[in-house]
Amino acid sequence: MRGVDGEERVGGVSEDFLLELRCEEIPARMQEKARADLAALFEARLKALNLPFDAIESYATPRRLALIVRGVAETTAAMTEERKGPRADAPAPAIEGFLRSTGLTREQLVTRDDGKGGQVLFAVIERPGIVSGSVLGSAITNVIHAFPWPKSMRWGAASQSTESLRWVRPLQGIIALLGDKLVPVEVAGIKSGVQTVGHRFHHPGVITIGSAHDYAEKLRACHVIVDGAERRAIIAVGAKLAAQKAGLTLVEDEGLLFENAGLTEWPVPLLGSFDPDFLSVPPEVIQLTARVNQKYFVCRDGADKLANAFVCVANIDAVDGGEKIVEGNQKVLAARLSDARFFYETDLKVALEKQAEKLAKIVFHEKLGTVADKVDRVAKLARWLAEQGIVKADPDMAERAARLAKADLVTGMVGEFPELQGLMGGYYAAAQGEPAEVAEAIRDHYKPVGQGDDVPTAPVTVAVSLADKLDSIAQFFGADLKPSGSKDPFALRRSALGILALIIDNGLRFRLSKLAGAEVLDFFADRLKVQQREAGVRHDLIDAVFALGGEDDLVRLLARVHALQAFVGTEDGKNLLAGYKRAANILKKEGFDGTDTDVGGNIYEAEPAESALIEALDAAEPRAEAAIAAEDFEAAMSALATLRGPIDAFFDDVTVNDADPDKRISRLGLLARMRDAVHKVADFSRIEG
Amino acid sequence: MEHPLSEPLSFQRMILKLHDYWSERGCVILQPYDMRMGAGTFHPATTLKALGPDPWNAAFVQPCRRPTDGRYGENPNRLQHYYQYQVILKPSPPDLQELYLGSLAAIGIDFTKHDIRFVEDDWESPTLGAWGLGWEVWCDGMEVTQFTYFQQMGGFDCKPVAGELTYGLERLAMYIQNKDSVYDLAFNDAGVTYGDVFLENEKQMSKWNFEIADTDALFDLFRKAVAECENCLQADLPIPAYEQAIEASHVFNLLNARGVISVAERQAYIGRVRDLAKGSCEAWMAKNGWAA
Repeated sequence: MRGVDGEERVGGVSEDFLLELRCEEIPARMQEKARADLAALFEARLKALNLPFDAIESYATPRRLALIVRGVAETTAAMTEERKGPRADAPAPAIEGFLRSTGLTREQLVTRDDGKGGQVLFAVIERPGIVSGSVLGSAITNVIHAFPWPKSMRWGAASQSTESLRWVRPLQGIIALLGDKLVPVEVAGIKSGVQTVGHRFHHPGVITIGSAHDYAEKLRACHVIVDGAERRAIIAVGAKLAAQKAGLTLVEDEGLLFENAGLTEWPVPLLGSFDPDFLSVPPEVIQLTARVNQKYFVCRDGADKLANAFVCVANIDAVDGGEKIVEGNQKVLAARLSDARFFYETDLKVALEKQAEKLAKIVFHEKLGTVADKVDRVAKLARWLAEQGIVKADPDMAERAARLAKADLVTGMVGEFPELQGLMGGYYAAAQGEPAEVAEAIRDHYKPVGQGDDVPTAPVTVAVSLADKLDSIAQFFGADLKPSGSKDPFALRRSALGILALIIDNGLRFRLSKLAGAEVLDFFADRLKVQQREAGVRHDLIDAVFALGGEDDLVRLLARVHALQAFVGTEDGKNLLAGYKRAANILKKEGFDGTDTDVGGNIYEAEPAESALIEALDAAEPRAEAAIAAEDFEAAMSALATLRGPIDAFFDDVTVNDADPDKRISRLGLLARMRDAVHKVADFSRIEG
Repeated sequence: MEHPLSEPLSFQRMILKLHDYWSERGCVILQPYDMRMGAGTFHPATTLKALGPDPWNAAFVQPCRRPTDGRYGENPNRLQHYYQYQVILKPSPPDLQELYLGSLAAIGIDFTKHDIRFVEDDWESPTLGAWGLGWEVWCDGMEVTQFTYFQQMGGFDCKPVAGELTYGLERLAMYIQNKDSVYDLAFNDAGVTYGDVFLENEKQMSKWNFEIADTDALFDLFRKAVAECENCLQADLPIPAYEQAIEASHVFNLLNARGVISVAERQAYIGRVRDLAKGSCEAWMAKNGWAA
């Protein structure tokens, strides 16, 4: 095979380029990003080299990253570079310097008019296109050295130097073909070639690849499916089918699909089963063991209950149809499940109350004492929330649930699977005869975890969840361990959002300032703004309501915001806002602060539009106030809306700045009255538009 | 690749097969180190030999003691004393995966019927100040080997990198012999089981580890090991210093099993053991004239 280099011209048509970087097993979780990175890095190199192409595809398997660039041009784009030099009549040394720097002679320079009657010298340097084969090698080297693996390593004899190539696992081979011609390149002692290997066990020998066109098919013939999407599809369909054949339904799991596709070049889903006696262990535990430890899918039966079956994905078409593989996997799962059952049964024997005593030995945070200290605070707070009627829960139950809520942290099962915290406590509490409300509260008190998670509504659960999160925020703020910038190591922002969701979804009415200092209140206000903005509420409307100050009943505050959002969208709302702004501008311009309302006792006859506004205010003010007292903010808005016509007419017909100071003061006072009426609902000056 | 064996190997024949296999590939076959340790990696033939530029290929069985894993002989899969088969090859050969698979074939694993997978598992030993990248090797879903390319040892870059294979011998044997309990394994070919050899040992050692061991004496041992390690380092004797690091590490594990080390103290103890191991490695590097 002849190499493509600067001496040789390939045909005048574009070619496809194939690159395969073969290495020892790439972690499944890294493959998708590596594939995308390879394409992106290569594309950036080709653009930097001015090498035109049609499209880029990339693939990943456990043992290889591959890239195909379709329609690579024969050469890089030719370029003309122009450099402006000195004036034609410049002194000789200046011109000589320019010649030296461009490598041209005086005759090769071009003289152009500078538009100001003078002549300027230009150097025009032609850069012809370079044969693509000769630049692709440098692109490969460049991409390999710049590859952003999340973790990389050195290996072999070359690692005598710490400067040796780093790769995710030892790099073993490079295929680089432009059309059917080798692109010669050598990276870390590995020379590019045209050979790769097939499946580790089905086809351990070498395969010779002809070009990008036969790459995928030749590998397929050697039990390697190079496209991850295809492997995922095979697993998805095969696993579903395997479950169906046994009369079961597969529990689909996107993460497992990717993981198994990243562990196989030739995926073969196989159905296995386990002793139904293990179903006495909570289904969540079985599913987690199967998924996390063994990467198995689980199945459900006709009654939608977890079945004693699983689907594992082998990387081989075994000669016995997979019998031994299934047998082996069943054994491993059985050992795992018997471990889980052992933990479950052992945990069940110890009362949660007893377990909770051990929390005194677990440090919650070095500045904030033990978990037992936290539990004590949360229990008192949960009880208080219930006693105050803020949450309509039984105070004894709320306290009981809170005292047991963290006890599962010291159980064997949660020690093994931390993600089961709460859930296991719920199971143990129910089994140990705690009331259903208490068990449920223990199970769900961490919720909501992040947006989109279920927000508890059961009163006892709400009390414990709220108390737990409020305590965390108050404690961490008290110890000056506040979130800042992108740093929020104790997930306090998430806790705050959880608290907001609990309050809003359950319509909990209380003044947050009873429980939180000024700093924490500001923190909540910020979170609320973020949350409402994400929910589509205009930030200026939130500001308009917040600007009223003193409102720390979040339910009332949001009702106001939502009513305002609806009102400013109406024609009445827009016009009232315009009228308000006009009034506010006049008041500002006149420096009228509203205190100087002494009209000197001179009675003048009000103009009709003036009287109409006074009447409208007389009618609207008590209506709006009553509505606000009843927390009917929509009614308050519609009361204000009645001011719209009179204020417009007032501006049309009445001169505020009357020569008579009494009239002027009186009319300014009227505008101030109108402004104040509006401010009972929101600070309209914050509203945009 | 050898033909699958018709009879499953006994525990001891499996070890002999591995010895033969790695001996034929140029490894020094060592005997177990005569100290209590938690993993084969603690053996000086791994830890110290992983440092420096000299080639080193060795294989050995190392008894491992993990006091907290004791189950009084009642759990068929968990032991406080078990065996690891350890192979270290420095620099890591380019065909290390193939060499490893050859060893599995040698002990009777048939690749046409079994599913062998290399599943990401990065290794880190906080007490040795060491880390590496590699895999846990799965056979039909069961982890049978830890496969690691050492990147750092005792806080020093490995130059060159060594490849380390750690076979879980009992798991492999249970697999090959198709047994559900470690105690039912055929230890030899003359009817002696693993239980005959070790069941009573597990019962008594579990009781001692968890209930009886004199914690004051253990704390004292820990302090003495620390002091003696420092003494050795002052005398420029890295090998005996490292032995004291091994001792301190095991005594810490015993204290941990006795439940007398609080969560807060744990990190401090691990840090002290790491300092001893790192100090020993540093002295070892210096004594050999190797630059970090």
